Amino acid sequence: MSKDVMGIINLSENEEKIKDLTLNRPIAALPFAGRYRVIDFTLSNMVNSDIQKVAIFTKHKFRSLQDHLGPGKYWNLDRKRDGLYMLHPMVDYSTMVRKYGDLENFKNNLGFIAHAKQEYVLISRSYMIMNIDYSPAIEYHKESGADLTIICKHISNGQNMSQYIGLDLLDVDENLNVNSIGLNFGSKEEYCLSMESYIMKRDLLVEIITEAYQSGNISFLKEAVFSYMDKLKVNAFPYSGPSMCMNTISNYYKSTLDLLDRRNFSQLFDGPGRIYTKIKDEPSAFYSPTSSVTNSIVANGCIIEGTVENSVIFRGVHIKKGAIVRNSIIMQDAKIGETAHLNYVIADKNVTIGNKKILMGDGGIPFVIKKSQVI
Amino acid sequence: MKRKEMIAMILAGGQGARLKSLTTKVAKPAVPYGGKYRIIDFTLSNCANSNIDTVGILTQYQPLVLNSHVGIGIPWDLDRRYGGVRVLPPYTSAEGGKWYLGTANAVYENINFIEMYNPEYVLVLSGDHIYKMDYSKMLKAHQDKNADVTISVIEVPLEEASRFGILNTHDDLKIYEFDEKPENPKSNLASMGVYIFSWKALREQLIKDNIDPTSDHDFGKNIIPNMLESGMSLYGYIFDGYWKDVGTIKSFWDGNMDLLDRNNKFDLYDSNWRIYSENEDLPPQYIGEEATVEDAMVNEGCEIMGTVKHSILFTEIIVEKDAEVVDSVIFPKVRIGKGAKVHRAIVMGDYEIKPGEIVGDPDSDDIVLVGNPDDSLFFEK
Repeated sequence: MSKDVMGIINLSENEEKIKDLTLNRPIAALPFAGRYRVIDFTLSNMVNSDIQKVAIFTKHKFRSLQDHLGPGKYWNLDRKRDGLYMLHPMVDYSTMVRKYGDLENFKNNLGFIAHAKQEYVLISRSYMIMNIDYSPAIEYHKESGADLTIICKHISNGQNMSQYIGLDLLDVDENLNVNSIGLNFGSKEEYCLSMESYIMKRDLLVEIITEAYQSGNISFLKEAVFSYMDKLKVNAFPYSGPSMCMNTISNYYKSTLDLLDRRNFSQLFDGPGRIYTKIKDEPSAFYSPTSSVTNSIVANGCIIEGTVENSVIFRGVHIKKGAIVRNSIIMQDAKIGETAHLNYVIADKNVTIGNKKILMGDGGIPFVIKKSQVI
Repeated sequence: MKRKEMIAMILAGGQGARLKSLTTKVAKPAVPYGGKYRIIDFTLSNCANSNIDTVGILTQYQPLVLNSHVGIGIPWDLDRRYGGVRVLPPYTSAEGGKWYLGTANAVYENINFIEMYNPEYVLVLSGDHIYKMDYSKMLKAHQDKNADVTISVIEVPLEEASRFGILNTHDDLKIYEFDEKPENPKSNLASMGVYIFSWKALREQLIKDNIDPTSDHDFGKNIIPNMLESGMSLYGYIFDGYWKDVGTIKSFWDGNMDLLDRNNKFDLYDSNWRIYSENEDLPPQYIGEEATVEDAMVNEGCEIMGTVKHSILFTEIIVEKDAEVVDSVIFPKVRIGKGAKVHRAIVMGDYEIKPGEIVGDPDSDDIVLVGNPDDSLFFEK
């Protein structure tokens, strides 16, 4: 039971290397795996772990996210008590600037955190995709007497290691005590990766934010937490399920195509909980007599009349007769014209590809077609 | 007092016995249809898309699945503060309990419900037909003719007309005669079981009908003929879209197969007229490396490793390697084992076709129905 835990999803995430896909949206609202948005995973994990109050601290460009989440109905978070909260950064109207760093937003909403009824908080990111039941981690945190528990994953050779470069590493001893936190430069063959999910008492979070703000030289919540590490007993909690980090185009592309392996697909979706998302009331996917689809993921509402191989096709996509789509990700409501040929392409929402067009990317660098573009 | 211009009453109490074991445990309107729907979704979506926000559903036979499917009407946007959807089962009163005796009696017993909304018009519908219809256009016709009753009709081939309730009309569609399943039909205008009544006129007739000991308390057999006889003004309203009564196993199968014909007038993919239903939060469908999927509709949560042709697959179906599904309708959670062959079949939910098993016959005219009727139609979420 995790009713005494408030979930916080902190969307202050580095978008530098994925910005072609995040021009109009935060990473959290990035479409993923045919019918989801990136945030659906963290949000569903929390809900499936019986967390009944979730606050999303946004950064910017939150319109698409707001549209996706609404009052939280599809995640069962449209409740009279607790439920879903979106907390947006404020603009300082005297100077018309928004302060740098996410700590400002946490400081401005400190009252919200301070007055919550839940004794604990679970702070997480959206870009780290997992299918996890947080309850054992929360139980472990309560029983271990630690001040802070960080969920971590043991990474060794063969686990698509390059996708975790630039993320946090934990230096953990055999008793799962965390000695320090460092940065992954990709040179280690084996390490303990921080999943950037922290469990602590709510009072402690309030104290850390207050302290950091008073000290004056800290801009980010993460820095604030790290600056406090010395004063805390910090434990790691191991997670061994699937994980993907949506922080670069190449990670996004590779992780998506990895799902075409049935084992990876089942691992992600047959995990501890269902993944919820906004409902679109699309009919089943239709495969015409002229279609040929192999090794692909297809969502509802699609009409497929052409050939699809090794690809992920989102809801409401129309692939016309004679078109060939290979090794590609085609997002919602895109239209692929007759005898068009796409290979190694990421086509964003509402893209229209004309008849006979040929578009090729490369396995390492997919060709990105931006939202609503007509080619 | 606030009032509603028109409310809908959906007749959903029948067993639908000709659907055999599909309706052992559920009422016909709750039978799955079209890959992700239940039969009643088409009528409820018509209401939603016609801006009708108050609907009573008259239930009687095996109501559990239907009740839980309708719920508070969220999928059809019928969760309203004033109005919305109500499931209306038979009940007991101080005089004792009784089952609904006929379609008209079911509405009669719920006059109180209707009067809560003080409507000008009442739309009476069947919960077991597949069609897309804008009832607001029919209401416009009803108002323009200043009719007491407007009956929606569809033109059927004259040689089939004797299966239906046939309306004989003047050129302006004013009805002068109603023949229930006539031997020698005079016209080909068949009633679709969709009626708009001016409530005042209907109320009067329902009360009269209730105390008539010779009546079957049925709209087609009693209410409509009585209204004609008493000189009320009845009009036909011609509907020229796709309409299907899926009352038998063969017509149920045919209707499903119609959905695969993209030239059919019935387009499920029209985003201006969506069919709403419960959505199940399942992952997208996984199509394996050796799969062949052609001329088929496949829903979320399916994993296809074998061959699927000219078929409709509901949710969470696994088709293993070398298995073959052709000309079939497969309900949720069915597993089709390696090398199994399923032809011209309807496979009920949560059932396993064993590896190598052969079901149905590609050369037969018949459709086989397999599965477990006891627990196959209520899908735990």
